[in-house]
Amino acid sequence: MRERTKAIPKEAKARHIITLLVENHAGVLARVAALIAAKGYNIDSLTVGETVDPSISRMTLVVRGDDSVVEQAVKQLNRLIDVIRVTDLTGEEFVERELVLVKVKAKPEAKAEILRIADIFRAKVVDVAPFSYMLELTGAEDKLNAFVELLRPYGIQEFARTGMTVMTRGNKTPGKQTEEMWKEPDTKKVVGLVEKG
Amino acid sequence: MKLTGSEILLRSLVEEGVDTIFGHPGGVILHTYDVLTDPAVASKIRHILCRHEQGATHAAEGYYKASGKVGTVMVTSGPGACNTVTGLTDALLDSMAIVVFTGQVPTTAMGCDAFQEADVVGTTRTCTKHNFLILKTEDIPRIVKEAYHIARSGRPGPVLVDLPKNVVMGRAEYHGHPQELHIRGYKPTLQGHAGQIKRAVELMKTARRPLIYGGGGIIHSEAYEELRELVAVTRIPVALTLMGLGAFDTSDPLWLGMVGMHGPYWSNMAMIHCDLMIAIGSRFDDRVTGKLSEFGKQCKIIHIDIDPTSIRKTVHVDVPIVGDVKQVLGELNKEVRQVERHWASDFGEWYAQIAEWKAKHPLRYGPMLDVIKPQYAIDMIFEVSERMNPIVATGVGQHQMWAAQRYRGRRPRRWLTSGGLGTMGYGFPAAMGAQAAFPGDLVICIDGDGSFQMTNQDLITCVENNLPVKVVIINNGYLGMVRQWQELFYNRRYSQVDLTIQPDFVKLAEAYGVIGLRARRPDEVKPVLEQAFTTPGPVIVDIVTEREENCFPMIPPGGAIKEILDYGDPIPEKLFQGLR
Ligand SMILES: Cc1ncc(C[n+]2csc(CCOP(=O)(O)OP(=O)(O)O)c2C)c(N)n1
Repeated sequence: MRERTKAIPKEAKARHIITLLVENHAGVLARVAALIAAKGYNIDSLTVGETVDPSISRMTLVVRGDDSVVEQAVKQLNRLIDVIRVTDLTGEEFVERELVLVKVKAKPEAKAEILRIADIFRAKVVDVAPFSYMLELTGAEDKLNAFVELLRPYGIQEFARTGMTVMTRGNKTPGKQTEEMWKEPDTKKVVGLVEKG
Repeated sequence: MKLTGSEILLRSLVEEGVDTIFGHPGGVILHTYDVLTDPAVASKIRHILCRHEQGATHAAEGYYKASGKVGTVMVTSGPGACNTVTGLTDALLDSMAIVVFTGQVPTTAMGCDAFQEADVVGTTRTCTKHNFLILKTEDIPRIVKEAYHIARSGRPGPVLVDLPKNVVMGRAEYHGHPQELHIRGYKPTLQGHAGQIKRAVELMKTARRPLIYGGGGIIHSEAYEELRELVAVTRIPVALTLMGLGAFDTSDPLWLGMVGMHGPYWSNMAMIHCDLMIAIGSRFDDRVTGKLSEFGKQCKIIHIDIDPTSIRKTVHVDVPIVGDVKQVLGELNKEVRQVERHWASDFGEWYAQIAEWKAKHPLRYGPMLDVIKPQYAIDMIFEVSERMNPIVATGVGQHQMWAAQRYRGRRPRRWLTSGGLGTMGYGFPAAMGAQAAFPGDLVICIDGDGSFQMTNQDLITCVENNLPVKVVIINNGYLGMVRQWQELFYNRRYSQVDLTIQPDFVKLAEAYGVIGLRARRPDEVKPVLEQAFTTPGPVIVDIVTEREENCFPMIPPGGAIKEILDYGDPIPEKLFQGLR
């Protein structure tokens, strides 16, 4: 879903992170993507995954645009029947994470340097071949960008980013989530997930 | 006992109160059409066989607009479904509640380029309020319930339900229509924010030149009484959009007229000179605002709308109020009644100013000698039919704008026109749909010779179903509105607008077995119309008019409201350089 192919940021426009809770059934992603596309908004990334309630998915959408344009996009998304809740996290405190896999050329004389860069960023080496490393790094967008820029001169052979996923800090939950999510935990279901006592 | 999906579907429709389906059968939907012959269904639901699916969707729109009851359409897969796209888009832009059922190839064949397959849910994703693909027979009752609810509630709109063949042929237990409805992502805000309503009243208290700018939302929420009361208390003048016509009594002295590209001079002037604009169920369409950068700078704006996306979409709003127009106006009226102000006497200057504009720039047209002026024809339609309280539909073009200016539709839900999409060919099938809802009423379609030719095949549908629609063609032998633009903005280079080679509309009528009448001279207009409106059955009246008459006033496309051109004004040189 990532529309940006290069890891280079950033036009002047503000970055907005929007989270959506949506019905988890076929066609919903297409609906969200079609709406964004039809309005001509520029999507930086769009990620989707199930929530603890399997009937609900969570999407994280990163767009760049003027505040008024994004406000309009949020309203439009809200209008979709399959969208349960939309929250623009601009101005909120949140943790953002993204994962990147980079396969970088590793000539013998460059190996040590690449590993040092990986070390500084606390990236993991997840695959080693005679002439390449595959590195994995999670973090905020800026950190990933910096990492990629440092690796670029060595020759990036393959490159994959997941797109952003985010969560607000502390006790606050962006806009009340669904009632189901606030129900007393069903201990039978979550045993093993939640430490009790 | 288990029933087939088709049986469940039609029982659900009966439970929903559907009494009329506009449609066209085909291979994949045959199984469902078969159930229409079931006496239990046939006695409750009338199916009107339209000759083209586009007509069926516009008919459903007309049925909805006139009656307030959701219009229903049923068509087959692929080609049938694709033919509904124009109607769906039209319904989306004008907030018309219709539900379209489309046949679909079996789920196992979907995505395989099967015969008459089309990705209908994908195709109609952006031209419906919502659409469904039913995958399980047992889901049919719930989805039917949801589809009608979504179509009619909130900002009304079109909903499409795609019915794969194996789903309608499959069997499931039918436990009746669901009582409860739970769509967690859909809860339209009905009640306006109390604080915002108070802020609105604060603005109203001090306004010296206020204006109500009302739109179709007033009609959809049936807020006429509330609007009338607001005006009765505050004495604020009312202008309406094309879609809002009928929401306010046109004989009230505070009624100004339509606003927008072809609205009269004085109501457009009021838009750019007011100090407070109260937008009610109107969405600041670009045909109303003109050049945006020059719109609304002189005034504060209050905007009441059920659709939050309509607010601040294009225009800055000082007090946004999201809610159902009827409810919000009800609350607003309570507050307004507390205000101690002698409104009318404070507005003396404002009224005088509007009256002056009106006197200087009335709606007018040139002298009429032997050739019928189209404006005169509209005036005569009004004169002859008004006391019969007709429903009036229009095509799209000059005749539509003349009708909007001059046919003073006095009553809500009696004015059917395509505003948002501007769909030529809308008027006649929409009139047919309204006639199906009100078989005993006079339904007139004021049409263009171009527009009528887009959907005229439904004439036979009117004959077959005893729908006595009267079509009055304002026949200028041109795609008139386009010709007007070419005259004004393209230096009279007329490209592909000449319709002199056209069917003989009287003979066309006769070919369908209906009465065709014609007027060529001014003195023939009135008698011909009188005859048409009192003759039973469908009638076509061909009124041959002056060919190159233009529709004024006109705000040039892309221009600001203040650049409005009135009848006889010289056309500024810069406009000849083509559209900006
Ligand atoms: C389906 C469709 N195609 C094209 C247009 C563009 N268009 C707008 S008005 C018009 C001419 C309408 O001609 P007619 O129906 O004869 O009405 P008149 O303007 O002559 O009164 C055209 C072609 C449209 N609105 N809808």
